[in-house]
This record gives sequence, structure tokens and C-alpha cells, in this order.
Amino acid sequence: MTVLRSLFRQPSALFGLAVVLVVVVLALAAPLVAPFNPDEQMFDGLTLEGAPMPPGGQFLLGTDTLGRDLLSRMLYGARTSLIIGLVANGIAVAIGLFIGIVAGYLRGFMGNVLMRFTDLMMAFPALLLAIVLAALMKPSLWIVAMVIALVNWVQVARIVYTETRGLVERDFIMAERSLGAGHGRILLLHILPHLIPTAIVWGTLGIATTVLLEATLSFLGIGVQPPQPSWGNIIFESQSYFQAAPWLVFFPGMVILLTALAFNLVGDALRDILDPTQRGRG
Amino acid sequence: MVILLCKRLAQAFLILLGVAAITFVLLYALPADPARMIAGRSATAQTVASIRHELGLDQPLLVQFWTYLTGLLQGDLGRSYAQKTEVWTLIAARLPATLTLMAAGIFVEVVLGITFGTIAAVRRGSFVDRLVMTASFVGVSAPQFVAALLLLYVFAVTLGWFPMSGYGSFAHIVLPALTLGILGAGWYARMVRSAMIEVLNQDYVRTKGLSSRRIIFRHALPNAILPIIAMIGIDIGQFMGGVVVVEAVYGWPGIGQLAWQAIQQVDIPIIMGVTLTSALAIVAGNLLADLIAPVIDPRIRTS
Repeated sequence: MTVLRSLFRQPSALFGLAVVLVVVVLALAAPLVAPFNPDEQMFDGLTLEGAPMPPGGQFLLGTDTLGRDLLSRMLYGARTSLIIGLVANGIAVAIGLFIGIVAGYLRGFMGNVLMRFTDLMMAFPALLLAIVLAALMKPSLWIVAMVIALVNWVQVARIVYTETRGLVERDFIMAERSLGAGHGRILLLHILPHLIPTAIVWGTLGIATTVLLEATLSFLGIGVQPPQPSWGNIIFESQSYFQAAPWLVFFPGMVILLTALAFNLVGDALRDILDPTQRGRG
Repeated sequence: MVILLCKRLAQAFLILLGVAAITFVLLYALPADPARMIAGRSATAQTVASIRHELGLDQPLLVQFWTYLTGLLQGDLGRSYAQKTEVWTLIAARLPATLTLMAAGIFVEVVLGITFGTIAAVRRGSFVDRLVMTASFVGVSAPQFVAALLLLYVFAVTLGWFPMSGYGSFAHIVLPALTLGILGAGWYARMVRSAMIEVLNQDYVRTKGLSSRRIIFRHALPNAILPIIAMIGIDIGQFMGGVVVVEAVYGWPGIGQLAWQAIQQVDIPIIMGVTLTSALAIVAGNLLADLIAPVIDPRIRTS
């Protein structure tokens, strides 16, 4: 509760929280609020010359090159982005937590091997790796989510590792151990709870990264595949047409930006609140 | 210092070997089949098999990796499947374009970052400060391809100031460099700001009664140099990893474009080559940041 109250005190965090809420509600309510079927290629959705309709009138944000309603596609696209954001990022945080905790707790040989592996992954060109993986597999929503998770866990693992190492040295862990507590008990009851703030912060910041990555992959045509709408593939589909119909890039682009910005703002505020030592760091 | 350097170089070498191994295994395990890609759709199973044999793809994974590795250690990245040219020749031909773009992008980032970071630090807490900090957040949250398309729409399509795409003249590089620079400048601005505020809050600065110009340029700004250099080091790696997107939008003939074409043709040697080049850039960037820091700041040398 105090966390929420602190969040409400910062205008930027409040703005972020509001945007996140709106996006989530609209995504959930997409079938109710979408004015049209997102996949329907409407006869009156194109001009007489066969060009997309500009925003205004019957189609609030205009139509795309196939005469589909842009607003409806974007509302359903929000579902795609959020599903990938939650799944991919959830997996990434879980992997990061697991590797970070194990490496930080065990140290020794296994811990070393795990951390060297993490170092190795840090040197991987992440976006390039994601592009290669996504392009060479048959892309689908779940493949995209997996690829993103595979690329994004590294930073979480490093932070969790550092924190776990600090925790292991603390007196209460020593006391617990001398009382005869097993590894499982120490890890689950004493170390994991202390890492929850970190997981929440990176879980939130990570959604911003994930939304951007999904949009980028879909924009290159190797992410979520049409006709399933995603903000990135709406731009991909209309890219060659963007000189004549800039709204097809502008609206989805702004929504991607706003969503990523909102999650970043909330995550950054949470970091300040939950972890005062990190305050002001990039 | 020498021992440290050797240690770091050895570490970097091992990391690159690891990157090579993981990429190799991943590309081997993926369902895409380069032999079928080269043979074309109508090829018989026999043709595909003979191409596979010719490329050595019918050998066990370990043998293939050993062949690649021994070549790599002699500086040989192999031959492109589709273009039949040495991969190193292809990369070397594209590298200047990519490096030019990278330098231009980082230049814009640093200039914008220092300018706005300084303004924000000097007027910390003010409206301008909050504006700069918010803008920097927007920049780092913006998808590169959207920024690229918007800049293209405004400055190339509508105003016609710059060409839509291509390479060769100064006008060509302005929009791609701005795309990279505007979005990335946020990180620099934030860092410059916090490094300068650290100094501005020191007692000696507040009591000496120096002119504010002298404080900013002689005391506060130099404190930001180290973080900026570290940032540039990280940035080099970031840029090389993400170069595919900007080069795709602007038709920039660098290694990102090379990689993108290779990915579509399942041209594994080129994909390997570009991945390793990017990883090398990441490792070198980090190394650069670590090694330059003690030269500039003697306090780090002793520790």
C-alpha cells in the first residue's frame, strides 16, 4: 500500500500507471469496444481508387491497405503485445531469477560456470540473435515470445546474482544455517522473498523492452504473422504505403511508444521506491 | 596494467569462442535447411543431397564446428553459400558504411546528451530539467523503426530536404544518424546530469565562489567524461547488435543489410560472420571503456 501511495505522488509514474491501465482494459475489452471485426476487409473501407481511408468519419483512425479498420486492428493488437509482454517477460524473469539465485547461492564451480555463461550471453548481439532465431523458425506468437525470453533473461540474472551474494553473507542467513536449515528452506523462505522487489522492478521494465522487441520483429515481418494483428505488423504491412497513408505508421507507432514509455515510467518509479540505493542511476 | 590487459584480452577471446560455439549450434539446430534453399524448390532429393555434401553439411556437428573453428583461428570466416565469396571480403566491403553510421550516430548522441544533460543539471529541479528528463525517457522508449519512418515522412517525403534512402553523400547520413542519436541521447543526458549534479553538490564547489561558467566547465563537466566514455563503449555494442533495423529502413548498405539478406537466404556463413563481428564490437567496446578509464582517472589505476 505504501508503494502505491508513493507511486501516486509522482506525476510521471501516475501517468505511466494510467496508460498501462487503459491499455490493459482496452485489450481485455477489445471485442466489446472494437467498432469492426479486425480481420474484415470492408468494401467501403477503401476509396474508389482502392487506397486506404484517412482517419475520420466512419473509420475513426482510418483503414489499412486491405480496407480493414485500423482502430479495431490496434485494439486487438494490444492483446498480442500484452500477451507477449507478459509471457516472454515472465519466462525471462523466471530464468533470470533461477540462474541468478543458484549462481549466487552455490558460488563455487557451478556458480562460476553459470556466471561465465551469463557473461557470454552479455556479449551476444541480442537483437541480431532474436532476428536470426525468429526468421529461421516458422514465426508465430509463441515462437516470438520464446525468442524474446531467451534474449532478455540475462540482465535479470546478473542483478539477482549480485543481490543473492550480498544476502548470503548476511547474519540472518548464517543464523538460519547454524540452526540447521536446509538449502531449500533458506532459498525459498529467506532469499527469494528479498528478491521479489527486484523481480517486480525488472518485470515491469522488461515489459517495455519486450513490447519494443516484439514490435521490431513484427515490423521486419518475422514476428507475429498477419492476419493476426500486432502493432508492429500493422506497420510492416503498410510500410510501402506510408508516404500516401502516414497514419498507418503514426497511430500504431505512437501506441508502441506510449506503452513502452508507460511501463518504463512505472518500472523506474518502482525502482526508486523499492530500492533506494539504485536511486538516480541509469 | 599489462597483466590486467592480458587477462582481459584472454577473457575477451574466450567469450568470442563461446559466442561462436553457441551461434553455430543454434544455426545447426534450427529447422531451416541451407542446402534446400540453394537448390531451389524444384530440385530433386539427389541434388539437395549433393549440395549438402559439397558444403560439408552432411558431417556430424562436431566435425563441422572443428572445421569452422580451425578456419576461424586462421582468420577465415568461410565462404558464403549464395554468393560464393569469402565472408570476410563481404563484411570488409560493408564495414565502412556501418562504422560511418555508428560514428555519426554516437556523435549526435554525445552532443545532444552533453548539451541537454548540462542544461538539466544547472537548472535542476526546474521545469526545463523535468522536460529534459521526460524527453530522454520518451527517446529511450521509442521504437527505432517508428522514429526512422517519422523522420523520413517529415524530412524526406514532406519537406524533401534529405533523400529517402541510399548512401554516398552527407545528406544521406543525416536522417539515419539523427534516428540513432535522438533516441540514444536520453541515456547520455541522464548520465551527464547526474555526474554533474554530484559535483555541483560538493562543498568545495559551493563555497569557492567561482563563476558558474568556470564551475561547469572546469569541475562539473569533466566528472561526466568517464561515464560518457563507458557509455560509448556499451553503445558500440548496442549499435552493432541493432544495426539491422536502421539499415533496413534507410537502405544503408552496411553489415546489417548484409545480415538481413543472408538471413532470408539461410546463408549461414554470413550470419555467423556478422554475429561474430557484432560480438567482437561488444567485447571491444566494453574493453575500451575499462581500459580508457584508468588512463583518464588515476584514482582507478591504483585500485
